[in-house]
Amino acid sequence: MSIRRTPQPQRDYAPWADPSAVPLVRFENVTKRFGDFVAVDDLSLDIYRREFFALLGPSGCGKTTLLRMLAGFETPSEGRILLDGEDVSRLPPYRRPVNMMFQSYALFPHMTVAANIAFGLRQDGMPKPEIKARVDEMLELVQLAPFAHRKPHQLSGGQRQRVALARSLAKKPKLLLLDEPLGALDKKLREKTQFELMDLQYELGLTFVIVTHDQEEAMTVSDRIGVMNQGKLIQVAPPGEIYEFPATRYVADFIGDVTLIEARVTAAAEGETQLARVGAEADEVPLVCRPGNGGAAAGDAVAVAIRPEKVRISKHRPEGADVNTVTGQVWDIGYFGDFSIYHVRLADGTTVKAQEPNLSRLTAREITWEDTVWLSWAPEAGVVLRG
Amino acid sequence: MAGAQAPGTGGWGRIALILAPYLWLLVFFLAPFAIVLKISLSDLAIAMPPYEPVLDVFGGLAGIGDFLRALDFENYVWLTQDSLYWRSYLSSVQIAAVSTLLALLVGYPMAYGMARAPRACRPTLLMLVILPFWTSFLIRVYAWIGILKNEGLLNLLLVDILGVTDTPLTILNTTTAVYIGIVYSYLPFMVLPLYAALEKLDESLIEAALDLGCTPFRAFWQVTFPLSLPGVLAGCFLVFIPAVGEFVIPDLLGGSDTLMIGTTLWTEFFGNRDWPVSSAVAILLLLILVVPIVFFQRLQDRNREAGA
Repeated sequence: MSIRRTPQPQRDYAPWADPSAVPLVRFENVTKRFGDFVAVDDLSLDIYRREFFALLGPSGCGKTTLLRMLAGFETPSEGRILLDGEDVSRLPPYRRPVNMMFQSYALFPHMTVAANIAFGLRQDGMPKPEIKARVDEMLELVQLAPFAHRKPHQLSGGQRQRVALARSLAKKPKLLLLDEPLGALDKKLREKTQFELMDLQYELGLTFVIVTHDQEEAMTVSDRIGVMNQGKLIQVAPPGEIYEFPATRYVADFIGDVTLIEARVTAAAEGETQLARVGAEADEVPLVCRPGNGGAAAGDAVAVAIRPEKVRISKHRPEGADVNTVTGQVWDIGYFGDFSIYHVRLADGTTVKAQEPNLSRLTAREITWEDTVWLSWAPEAGVVLRG
Repeated sequence: MAGAQAPGTGGWGRIALILAPYLWLLVFFLAPFAIVLKISLSDLAIAMPPYEPVLDVFGGLAGIGDFLRALDFENYVWLTQDSLYWRSYLSSVQIAAVSTLLALLVGYPMAYGMARAPRACRPTLLMLVILPFWTSFLIRVYAWIGILKNEGLLNLLLVDILGVTDTPLTILNTTTAVYIGIVYSYLPFMVLPLYAALEKLDESLIEAALDLGCTPFRAFWQVTFPLSLPGVLAGCFLVFIPAVGEFVIPDLLGGSDTLMIGTTLWTEFFGNRDWPVSSAVAILLLLILVVPIVFFQRLQDRNREAGA
């Protein structure tokens, strides 16, 4: 499946910001218990039509349970799930206009590719010619027409993934659920398929809910990400917001690389927060974060989250550095080819990470292990986190 | 896998390893088979042993020639002339087939329940299926006499305790008792392959079927059952093949009208002391059973290929 055309980005697509928008899916205070274990804890969430929503979290955080409740394989212990305004909490899976693409693909091994895709249509009693037309259409969509009469075990992993996708799309579901859909593919194929999924979702105008533990995947494909931990949604926001304005230490740490600096608020003004680093040297300059302070008041113990790519590293103290500047020793260097990550250890033992693009070849590296370096960042770079 | 052979371990070691089972088959299967085949081509004689000719190893080439000339297919012709034999064969196949079907009907829900039981319970359930093997087959069949006879446990329950019926049911010494005996005795052979097939069935396939609009009933017939077919066929062959030649069960539980080739053979051998005819019966039974055995082998090979 090649990229057929680059869709127009859904530039103004933000129904979650519109209070009058009607959600397609609504979780109302949903709790799911397995014995004593609370998999999903009093969770409320709206998902909108044509949205690509990603549920992200570590294994056991409840994201798969949430998806399975949407599919009908689990019923909520408390709360309701509304689909298009209708309460579907107790509806069995075969009565829901929802289809799921399984992590294992769950292709029927005794049926051909075409029969797998036709399976859902046959259950609805669709006339044979129509089924055939629809199956051909789906095979065309995932570019598997020459493989229609093969059995699943005669296909490669990538082809199986596409059969599973075609099968789950064949019934034109109101909502498509994807449970770690790309987990079994290798990295290159996974990245390619991510873009194909986005194109497909846009072209078909469907609503997708994807479960993944891969934060890059979630960032790439989705309109919004819901970060989950221990059965609760920690933050629901578009990828850029999640990355740049994480709500808690957990989110900041889970998404991308980050340095969390423990600090105490010294002054909180409108749009600017001044802080003192915990364990700072006597002559260290104060920290300043702009804008926003997460509602922190003077005296609060907080963390400042700084993305490594926003930290500049130099061998000399930067000119006019009166805020957000620290010094330390290069402790570790992670070389990634296109960039390197420097782990700099400050005098009190705190490690701050800085990412530098490798603009010149490795042989000419200016900064190396145990060098004393200065790290600095703009006031706009850090985020004050209370939680 | 000749390429994977470690140096020094090839040649004789391998040949010896392969030779051992072949020697076993030769000594304990092929040689007795040849003797039975030879007897089936001989004639009845009032002698010891009760057939002739007997190979005279000291008679030289002429003696062997006379011996071979004396062998004929007379006994096989006889099997086609007396209707008792073909009726016995037919009845055996029929009883075995019906028993197999009954065992499938009883065994499938059992195996399904075992495969769907909590993972921790499965070894125990499996153990319970195998447990009857710890008691002698003969004793277990005898035990059924105690249950099925007119004043047995079953009638005690039905007449005296539950009062369902006034007259005790006559089950013992009927073909029904034979069905009960065969289904009971061979049920583990049905349950085990079914369980193996159902246990490895991926639960997400059923969920996928439900997700695509199947009711649980249709999901069973469209996904679970077709995928358990190798287990169904394996179980059916494992019950059918031994049941056709069954002797103990019809002898102990069956009645005079229960016709099975195993009992016919026994009567021919011990009652009539007609070794040649009973040998012919045995050889023919073997030939009849070769057909399903070959099918079974084919099936196993195909499953192995599909699994690879």
